[in-house]
Amino acid sequence: MFLRSLSIGFLCIVLQFNVSAQTQPIDLFADSTTTTTQDIVTGIFKSTRIVNGQSIENAGAGVLDFRILHRFGAINQGGYNFFGLDQATMRIGLDYGITKKLMIGIGRSTFEKQFDAFVKYRIIRQEEGARVIPFSLSYAGTAIFKSLKETTTTYTPYISDKFSFAHQFLLASKFNDYFSLQVTPTMIHYNMVDNSTIPNDFYSLGLGFRQRVSKRVNITTEYYYRFNKLDGYYNPLSVGVDIETGGHVFQLHVSNSTGMTERTFINETSGSWGKGDLRFGFNISRVFTLKKSKELKNIKW
Amino acid sequence: MIKNSTIKKIAIPLLMMMGMQFGSLQNVTAQKVYATKTGQLFFNATGGIEKIAAVNNQVDSKFVDATGQIIFGVLIKGFKFENQLMEDHFNENYMESTQFPKADFKGYIKNIKEITFTKDGNYPIDIEGNLTIHGTAQKVATSGFLQVQDGKPTITGEFSVKIKDYGIKGLYIGEKIASEAKIKVNCKYQN
Repeated sequence: MFLRSLSIGFLCIVLQFNVSAQTQPIDLFADSTTTTTQDIVTGIFKSTRIVNGQSIENAGAGVLDFRILHRFGAINQGGYNFFGLDQATMRIGLDYGITKKLMIGIGRSTFEKQFDAFVKYRIIRQEEGARVIPFSLSYAGTAIFKSLKETTTTYTPYISDKFSFAHQFLLASKFNDYFSLQVTPTMIHYNMVDNSTIPNDFYSLGLGFRQRVSKRVNITTEYYYRFNKLDGYYNPLSVGVDIETGGHVFQLHVSNSTGMTERTFINETSGSWGKGDLRFGFNISRVFTLKKSKELKNIKW
Repeated sequence: MIKNSTIKKIAIPLLMMMGMQFGSLQNVTAQKVYATKTGQLFFNATGGIEKIAAVNNQVDSKFVDATGQIIFGVLIKGFKFENQLMEDHFNENYMESTQFPKADFKGYIKNIKEITFTKDGNYPIDIEGNLTIHGTAQKVATSGFLQVQDGKPTITGEFSVKIKDYGIKGLYIGEKIASEAKIKVNCKYQN
């Protein structure tokens, strides 16, 4: 009896052996491939600027971005000035991505003959997948030098008096492919102001969003609320359309601000939406890849 | 005293379990899975002057030597372009990578039996299977090479796909972007 059971067991071993070796091939198709370790959310905004102000986006590492910003005169000037199209101010600038996180840029505006330079650094990036971070955070710092000659002759300003600075934290989130929002707490410091009653530091909060209309067209809006303000100026509001083509992004917009540097468009917007003091403008960006990333260096295409 | 029947009751399942163990052990040695997570995949879809090409260095691939079953998987976001803007457009406008994050291939090396994995050499192979890009599956057949060196196989292959076959839409396809994309695979497997 015991022997018989032993022999059945042995038979079982043999049977198992044969059965499993023949009819249990490893099925790779049942496996799922590619597990995501890090899934960074990209394309929160379509350009490095929402309209005038910095967006959460950086130029890629080794990418040079040549930008021309153009603002016409006020539309409500009427037909004699061809609704503002006779006048124009512009800023010409070069931005460069040093690393994936760090970007710098320089520019020159015809408005008040300003030079400006900025750094933008990614602190946190929005992520999905294994680790979820719901927002991106960057810092942008801008230095602005107003080289326009002062008309007053009573006081000769120092070079340093003509500088102003902007510090911004950019907090942005892409809700889905169609909608992104950015909140931008901003501090602007003037090295010199007109008189002692005016503070040197101004605080404001920017709000911007992107709404996708089609694959290549996005509506953008940017607004800054000023907590303390210079008299006679308005909060800037800009509404624009981003149009993407191959290597360019065109941004067309209507705004009440003329200046294109942080100091001038946030704090010194002279136009009012209520009075129809609006300006048509556009930004053109063309990118050039100057430095290839390591992954792409030794490849024969 | 333990009855004979009790022994039988215990012994048979016990031995059967042993048999199963044995069987599965044999199973592993009979079939071998070669795998990599760092395969390379290039594609080139240049249609005009501007180069439209990218590389993915994180190709996940496995194959079984006994059956010739082979899979490749890539994350669309893992493709690196020289131009950041192009990469963004590739993801957002063409591949729609948030909706279709992966592309994969599931198929068979048809002449796997002709390969001796213990002997170094360069063996031509024929691969056939389903390629899924942008959520659309298409049958693909191509040939390539399997090189065995120090017992480690490397698969290289080249084929092209018609972009429109996969439901990828865009104004520039057929102009700046070639209507057919050339794809090159290079996977070095560990064993």
